[in-house]
Amino acid sequence: MSAELMIYNVLCLAVPFSVALLLAALGENFNQRAGVFNLGCDGIMCMGAFLGFMVPFTLKASPWAAYGNLLGIGAALAVGAAMGVVFALVTVTFRASQGIAGIGLQMLGWGLAGTLFRHFVGGVTGVEGMAAIAIPGLSKIPFLGGVLFNHNALTYTALLLVPACWFLLYKTPWGLKVRAVGTHPRAADTMGIHVDRIRYQALMLGGAMAGLAGAYLSLCQAKMFSDDLVAGRGFIAVALVYFGRWSPLGILGGALLFSIAQSFQLSMQVWGIKFPYEFAVMLPYVLVIVVLALARKARQLGPTDLGKPYNREMRF
Amino acid sequence: MNRNKILYSGAIILAVTLIAALLVALVLYSIGASPLATYKTILTGPLSDLFGVTEVLVRSVPLMLVALGIAISFRSGILNIGAEGQIQMGVIASTAMALAMPHAPKAILLPAALMAGALAGALWGGIAGWLKAKLQVNEILSTVMLNYIAAQVYTFMLRGPMLDPNELETGSGTPQSMRLPEMAFLDTLVPGTRIHMGLILALVAALLVWMLLWKTTLGYRMRTAGAGAKAARYAGIPVERYLIVAMLMAGGFAGLAGAVEVSGVHHRAIEGISSGYGFAGIVVALFGALHPGGIVPSAVFFGILLIGADMTQRSASVPANMVLVLQGVIILSIVSAQSFLRNPYAQERFFRWFARFSASARKAGKGAQS
Repeated sequence: MSAELMIYNVLCLAVPFSVALLLAALGENFNQRAGVFNLGCDGIMCMGAFLGFMVPFTLKASPWAAYGNLLGIGAALAVGAAMGVVFALVTVTFRASQGIAGIGLQMLGWGLAGTLFRHFVGGVTGVEGMAAIAIPGLSKIPFLGGVLFNHNALTYTALLLVPACWFLLYKTPWGLKVRAVGTHPRAADTMGIHVDRIRYQALMLGGAMAGLAGAYLSLCQAKMFSDDLVAGRGFIAVALVYFGRWSPLGILGGALLFSIAQSFQLSMQVWGIKFPYEFAVMLPYVLVIVVLALARKARQLGPTDLGKPYNREMRF
Repeated sequence: MNRNKILYSGAIILAVTLIAALLVALVLYSIGASPLATYKTILTGPLSDLFGVTEVLVRSVPLMLVALGIAISFRSGILNIGAEGQIQMGVIASTAMALAMPHAPKAILLPAALMAGALAGALWGGIAGWLKAKLQVNEILSTVMLNYIAAQVYTFMLRGPMLDPNELETGSGTPQSMRLPEMAFLDTLVPGTRIHMGLILALVAALLVWMLLWKTTLGYRMRTAGAGAKAARYAGIPVERYLIVAMLMAGGFAGLAGAVEVSGVHHRAIEGISSGYGFAGIVVALFGALHPGGIVPSAVFFGILLIGADMTQRSASVPANMVLVLQGVIILSIVSAQSFLRNPYAQERFFRWFARFSASARKAGKGAQS
């Protein structure tokens, strides 16, 4: 196998791998920019993955079958937004400690998805999932065509969301409010910005995107659901936001780096390079720790009030 | 504490418990199970006979140990979510230690195995502590990642180097280690049941943790570092050092829990040995108000929940994942309640409302009498 073909194979795998991380991390970026550290992202992804699978699975034999995937994605977005509201209620309205609350939300989402799956489905069952759409013309470009332009609709959406999120965050009044609320909530409050309301909105948006990321996992990547489908990707997404220095473009880079590492690990097994399977699987998790350790200077660029609940009643 | 404050805390805790129970009942209802019957099975089922009671205590031992460690770390201002991985490291180390010296006398082998487990857990937790103290790596993320890494290391060890040779030759190839030598077993307390000396160990540990945190300088410094890192630093407390110490201790307790599970219950390292004790321990610690005096009863309570959830899986076909839902809801409710408990404004508002309510109730009562 030529080196060029090997790189091509790795990259072709890497792009679909990156989508779930990218979607979840772009959403998490809004949360963190607004000053809320949502570790429940992983649990939201579990619920999104479950509903993304469940809706088309239930509608399989009904006249709605053609819209099954679309409705599944809609349900995943809705449940993500709803869980974002729950998290906002706990951390913004009740001003609870965000770290522990996030773990609570993660357990809730993880457990709920598993419980409902076992009750309504039971065993391993596949869904048809979403088919790849080759973009006419562009997919014929040698090398790049196969890597970038031969995926399903959600992959294109995720890639288009990178500039969209950048625009939303830096070029719209709402984005400015989000950044203000996460950097200096008291100043924002003084200027008449509803801190809590903006944080609720950011958490809803972030939750919906995490739900979408989950739906991508079950509908496009695995085409099935299981308890350990998400496997900590929500936490990796949170780490990617740090690594990407709270900018959509940086997050895209991080997501690609991670998925290249992951697809490289899979390709190594295909190529027959002897390496204990378990150590290959732990590679991305080790990478997260290394990345976080190296990215410590980045923290100065992040939202200064990240993780701090805002209480307008409190005096200094 | 004045009467008002106790009344207020009591009301909040009661309200939170009710809300959590209602939320979970909603989930139970939606999967077609009767919430009342399920709650009844969960809470009374495990206590219906002596064997059930001892099984509850068996489950509460690792929960207690893990929760004590988590309480130390939370009190010191570092959130240890990595108990699950630390338990698995403890299991590996204590099993390896016990298998390495099959002929050693009990007085040496048992403590050595337990110590090895605690040490391995401490080192695994210490990684996260060191990363936090020296490189400011968020401890929640690093401990979660270390959980996933530990899970892979654990599977690798059980399928590779530590696999029971008998399993390869004659067995079904179940990934598990060799059986421990008898000299490494924790004694059974009640013959015919599985309850073992680990319970006594855990209770002693609870006492020691209480003494450490509230009766020693080290504990005082750790709690100060957790309550206000800036103030602690200003007072000359090297906060970073105590972060590492706290994580070492938290990991040590989790590793010890793993070792106790091996030498007290399973007598070999098996897959899924921890079965979520690391996560349940967080809930136990929070539910016990991060105090050993609260953690002991709360560990027993969650022992009941875990056994009860197993029973409902069999009798009412409610999946055991339900426990995770319950734990998640409890965590969210507890952290929400704390903001009410610590908020003087909310307390004041509650009292104004309560005073008005009781005044009008008194008036109504008088009206009815006359």
